[in-house]
Amino acid sequence: MRANVVKRLLLALLVAPTLASAAGAALHLDRAPDVQGDKAALQNGARLFVNYCLNCHGASFVRYNRMTELGLTEEQIRDNLMFTADKVGEPMRVAARSTDQKQWFGAAPPDLSLVARARASGDGSGADWLYTYLRSFYRDPQRPTGWNNTIFPNVGMPHALWQLQGEQVLDHESNHLQLATPGELSTTDYDKQVADLVGFLVWAGEPAAGFRRTLGYGVLAFLLVLFAVSYALKKEFWKDVKKN
Amino acid sequence: MGAKTNHDKFKSDGSLAGNALEWVDARFPAMSLWRDHLAEYYAPKNFNFWYYFGSLAIVVLAIQLITGIFLVMFYKPDASLNAAGVPVAFASVEYIMRDVNFGWIIRYMHSTGASAFFIVVYLHMFRGMMYGSYRKPRELIWIFGTLIYLVLMAEAFMGYLLPWGQMSFWGAQVIVNLFSAIPLIGEPLSIWIRGDYVIGDATLNRFFSFHVIAIPFALVGLVVAHIMALHEVGSSNPDGIEIKDKVDDKGIPLDGIPFHPYYTVKDIVGVVVFLMVFFGIVFFAPEGGGYFLEYNNFFPADPLKTPPHIAPVWYFTPSYSILRSVTSDFVIVLQVCVAGLWLWLVRGTSDVKQVIITLAAVAIIVGMWAIDAKFWGVVAMGTSVLIIGFLPWLDRSPVRSIRYRGPIYKGFLTAFVIAFLTLGYLGTQPPSAIGGLVAQFFSLVYFAFFFLMPWYTKIDKCKPVPERVVYK
Repeated sequence: MRANVVKRLLLALLVAPTLASAAGAALHLDRAPDVQGDKAALQNGARLFVNYCLNCHGASFVRYNRMTELGLTEEQIRDNLMFTADKVGEPMRVAARSTDQKQWFGAAPPDLSLVARARASGDGSGADWLYTYLRSFYRDPQRPTGWNNTIFPNVGMPHALWQLQGEQVLDHESNHLQLATPGELSTTDYDKQVADLVGFLVWAGEPAAGFRRTLGYGVLAFLLVLFAVSYALKKEFWKDVKKN
Repeated sequence: MGAKTNHDKFKSDGSLAGNALEWVDARFPAMSLWRDHLAEYYAPKNFNFWYYFGSLAIVVLAIQLITGIFLVMFYKPDASLNAAGVPVAFASVEYIMRDVNFGWIIRYMHSTGASAFFIVVYLHMFRGMMYGSYRKPRELIWIFGTLIYLVLMAEAFMGYLLPWGQMSFWGAQVIVNLFSAIPLIGEPLSIWIRGDYVIGDATLNRFFSFHVIAIPFALVGLVVAHIMALHEVGSSNPDGIEIKDKVDDKGIPLDGIPFHPYYTVKDIVGVVVFLMVFFGIVFFAPEGGGYFLEYNNFFPADPLKTPPHIAPVWYFTPSYSILRSVTSDFVIVLQVCVAGLWLWLVRGTSDVKQVIITLAAVAIIVGMWAIDAKFWGVVAMGTSVLIIGFLPWLDRSPVRSIRYRGPIYKGFLTAFVIAFLTLGYLGTQPPSAIGGLVAQFFSLVYFAFFFLMPWYTKIDKCKPVPERVVYK
């Protein structure tokens, strides 16, 4: 009888937590294509980053010569990608000083070294967020820059890639974005470029990530062997522990 | 120790020509330490899965100390901005992650180690609760353990400020602000802790000092005391019976086996399995799904930009939920609880005790009216941790182990685990109306486990305990 009451109480306790999880509206994010294995895509992403982002946003933790890991030579980096530094070992800083930028934009544009890690959330990876964000700008005459963004309301940044994408408008009734004026690229091509750029930012967030995983397989393989040895050792010693 | 000193025992002539160990032993209790704590420390042979976590806690402590030493070589506790406009402390962590050879693995081991420490310690504590490891004569082991947990929380909290990310900054801001809820001295106290009106460079530097010097000293000292106390009385076991009650003619427990080699080889297996999981996370999921490294903490600290949702790291979230659940409405519920507790405690005690208990109850109930609910939230949070240390005196059951306890204790323990996990989950979530109610309910369950323990452990129907340990 008493055990029954206890069981019923426990059941009620188990159900209660599920009530609590029904809160908070999720942000819908499009899934960013994974281009980490594609060196050409990452190089293209680096080119886009240098051409379209680095004017205002630094990646001050990424040294130019680290891009040799993307299959580029130092020569190529120096000639094609390095506009804000003299030496290839220097980090990707912005040409403009952050104090000046603060005056121009109201806030200094954030350093993007870690943006792909920082923007991750329960709604999706940081890559997903960036991929959706860079494709969600729309014309909004009420904003000082003339631009707004569906997943970053009242964003301070104007649409830096608008020449590529064209101009979107927001249909306030359906809450859908429509391409009002086409840009230089088709929608599919634009999405591909954004995916490459996001891929570069993901790489820049943790350049050692690829090596980390490779090393991880080796370490786990070693531990597996160590487990076999230590388990056999334990079995051998414990043979003489009698039941009673 | 016997009357004979090591010197008498070995009669070493003091030269290295003979046995080097003998030479050492005449000057330092090497062999007796080895015997007392390993080779002739008799541990019950029936340790199960749950008994791995003690040695694992030592392994994690070692990982944290060693990786910590290397991190300090490169980390800079400096809140000022560098040329690129990034705080120096934040940038130095990224320097470790990118420019220091294998710095990323050291840093990920340390950040994963922090979470691993709490996982291991929580499981270790749960083991103690299941098998009654805290019962007489092991009260001091348990108290040292509770202090270790408390000190570990301080260590983790201060360490979390050091990367100087958004969550580091705002988490510290929220927690230090809690002290300002204390009446009268609260405001100056929180300024004294921070060394500034907001979390700043002064705070960062003092937290760094505490994190790498003061608290590790305390932690290691307490761990030594914890193990010394354990080895003084001997280990308990899943059956919760004393193996020292049944000894052979040499005085060796019949169910005891020497810690070395039996448990050293067994614990090595545990360590290897642990390392597989640990390095699985370090190499393949170092962010731990945003729980081990919070995503928001990849933004540098910005005192001007409050994040929409400030969540402490997962291991603090059960306590954080309890803190948050104490609202001004909930204080009324707590007052009723205190009144109930008073009614129960005043029965059948001496007049003096009755007066003391009544005065205390009245003081608390009136205090709950007079002082802000936030303060009582802090009190509840502190109580939720400290009460663990009182388990040896709250538990009145005739048996120790869950194996021989009745359904009531099993029910309460299960409810406690569900409460702990749910509170932990809710603490990671932004506040919500329904979540708040659920957290309040489970806060009550959490405290009921402890405060009602003297009652329900006494009325529970226990099974008879065996003479010897069960070993299959």
